[in-house]
Amino acid sequence: MHPQNRDAGEIADLYGLLAEFDTAEGLLAAAERAREEGFRRMDAYTPMPIEGLAEAVALGKTTVEKLVFVAGLLGATGGFMLCWWMTVVAYPHNVAGRPLNSWPAYIPITFESMVLIACLTALIGMLMLNGMPQPYHPVFNVKEFERASIDRFFLCIEARDPRFDREATREFLEGLNPLEVMEVEK
Amino acid sequence: MADELEQTTVIDPGPDEVLGPGHNFDTVTQKISGVVYRPFSRTPIQMFVGFGIAFVFVNIFLGAVTWLFYRGVGIWGIVIPIAWGFAIVNFVWWIGIGHAGTLISAILLLLKQDWRTSINRFSEAMTLFAVACAAMFPILHLGRPWLFYWLLPYPNQMWLWPQPRSPLIWDVFAVSTYGTVSFIFWFTGLIPDFATMRDLRANTRVGKLYGMLAMGWRGSAKHWARYQKAYLLLAGLSTPLVVSVHSVVSFDFAVAILPGWHTTIFPPYFVAGAIYSGFAMVLTLAIPVRRWFHLEDLITTRHIECMAKVMLGTGLIVAYGYAMEAFIAWYSQNTYESYAFYNRIFPQAGTYWWTYWLLITCNIAIPQMLWSRRVRLHTWAVFLISLVVNVGMWLERFVIVVTSLTRDFVPSSWGMYYPTMWDWATFAGTLGVFLCLMFLFIRGIPAISIFEMREVVHEKEAVHAPAE
Repeated sequence: MHPQNRDAGEIADLYGLLAEFDTAEGLLAAAERAREEGFRRMDAYTPMPIEGLAEAVALGKTTVEKLVFVAGLLGATGGFMLCWWMTVVAYPHNVAGRPLNSWPAYIPITFESMVLIACLTALIGMLMLNGMPQPYHPVFNVKEFERASIDRFFLCIEARDPRFDREATREFLEGLNPLEVMEVEK
Repeated sequence: MADELEQTTVIDPGPDEVLGPGHNFDTVTQKISGVVYRPFSRTPIQMFVGFGIAFVFVNIFLGAVTWLFYRGVGIWGIVIPIAWGFAIVNFVWWIGIGHAGTLISAILLLLKQDWRTSINRFSEAMTLFAVACAAMFPILHLGRPWLFYWLLPYPNQMWLWPQPRSPLIWDVFAVSTYGTVSFIFWFTGLIPDFATMRDLRANTRVGKLYGMLAMGWRGSAKHWARYQKAYLLLAGLSTPLVVSVHSVVSFDFAVAILPGWHTTIFPPYFVAGAIYSGFAMVLTLAIPVRRWFHLEDLITTRHIECMAKVMLGTGLIVAYGYAMEAFIAWYSQNTYESYAFYNRIFPQAGTYWWTYWLLITCNIAIPQMLWSRRVRLHTWAVFLISLVVNVGMWLERFVIVVTSLTRDFVPSSWGMYYPTMWDWATFAGTLGVFLCLMFLFIRGIPAISIFEMREVVHEKEAVHAPAE
């Protein structure tokens, strides 16, 4: 951290303040306190999913399920239409006088197409909504952050939060009983 | 750190616990990543031997396939009327094996089974490689395998389209979807673990490689929320998918009018058989691997026992399927149906009756030993039974495919099938391909889901916390 960055109000190079916790419960309590305090621009980083944490750091509803639902409908429709078009329009073939639109026979392909498109959307949609692949993120500038994927729990209050203040927010975070509070450079 | 861990004694906590004592977030991370991040020279010797043998079979496979491409399917024992020989037997066998992986990762996730966690990654990889082996067979069996893309609907100058009323085209869609979805499920589960692998070796070449695969995963709570939703949806979608795939495979047979194939019991009976053989394969692989890498505290006796129970249960469903075939042969009063059954079970010269009885021994008789808790808790006994079931399930497909084809309606079209050396070489070769891929997977990618093991640790701590 360069000394000039410590000037009051000079937070252009600061991404946020990162507090490190050694338990999931400690982090969850801290995130809830931060929310009550009025912070909205924040995120928590954990080595495994923690129930209730996303709500605490202000994520409303996820939209993955909506995407997947629409994709499933499109997949099913596409699969069925493909079969219908192949047998009725493109390559009509009279099999023992049965109707060309023999829809019950299309069901397996309709189902498989639904699953295929929905699953691809679940993965790609999740990655896109998460902004991945993302080669760079400021939190990785903090050395201790390596343990966010192993055994430590982090809460980051971002500088773009309207209530953010370098000193006051640091004091607030230190009051939450963390192991350490660190500055995250952009 | 991995070295220190190996020196401490590994404790199998017995049939009630899914995790050995003394584990925290860091130790499970180090232990599982330690299987990958150990010096090359510290790979268990069994891995080298196993890989070496498997690699020999990979080369046998390549040789057999080269000869096949050069000479055509005539090098196999297939004749008319038995046009579906080993290729289809092996296809059904391999794809069935894959089903346990999806069952463990998807259905057991939805059922919240605690013994799913340390075996799901491993079984998903098994699914992926088994599907790869399976998918090769119908293509090799095509005769002109380089034209396999004719199976897919694509605009072409011949203005020809596949026939979507045929179960064989359903199969193309089912198997390709299954392969893709299995990969998606496996990869999705791996993303947070790639991030862990990256952070354990930050700024090294291998760390960067895992970093690319992790795509910038940083464990954000918002990301986890979407991740969990996506993972749950994948599980929900895979559950009917796994049932559909082997049902569609069974339609390849059941939709035909051949006696011995034209049976409504086939879809459920095939699905149960698939799960049966898949669990057998998971046990066959997991029991040695947990021993070689000293993972008895992560893959405990509880995992082995639960899998043995599922194997017993699905085995009984399969037994019911056999019983129904016998019942319908009598109850239908259909001459051809009764004869197909008679031909399977009664000793006559020049038939495959003995394969049926070997199948009953392997699939029905011997696995009944699993009723005994002592047998289930005896790991190596379970291992042996799992091998027997693998053989039995292969025989089942042989009986269904070959025996039914040898004697259909008109005696003038009867025939016999004798596998050639190339049939055996191709089959044994895919076993080599499968095992090679498994060995490489175990050595290169965390074979147990690290972040889900942390959840297990967390839950365990939560249970113990109030007592303190």
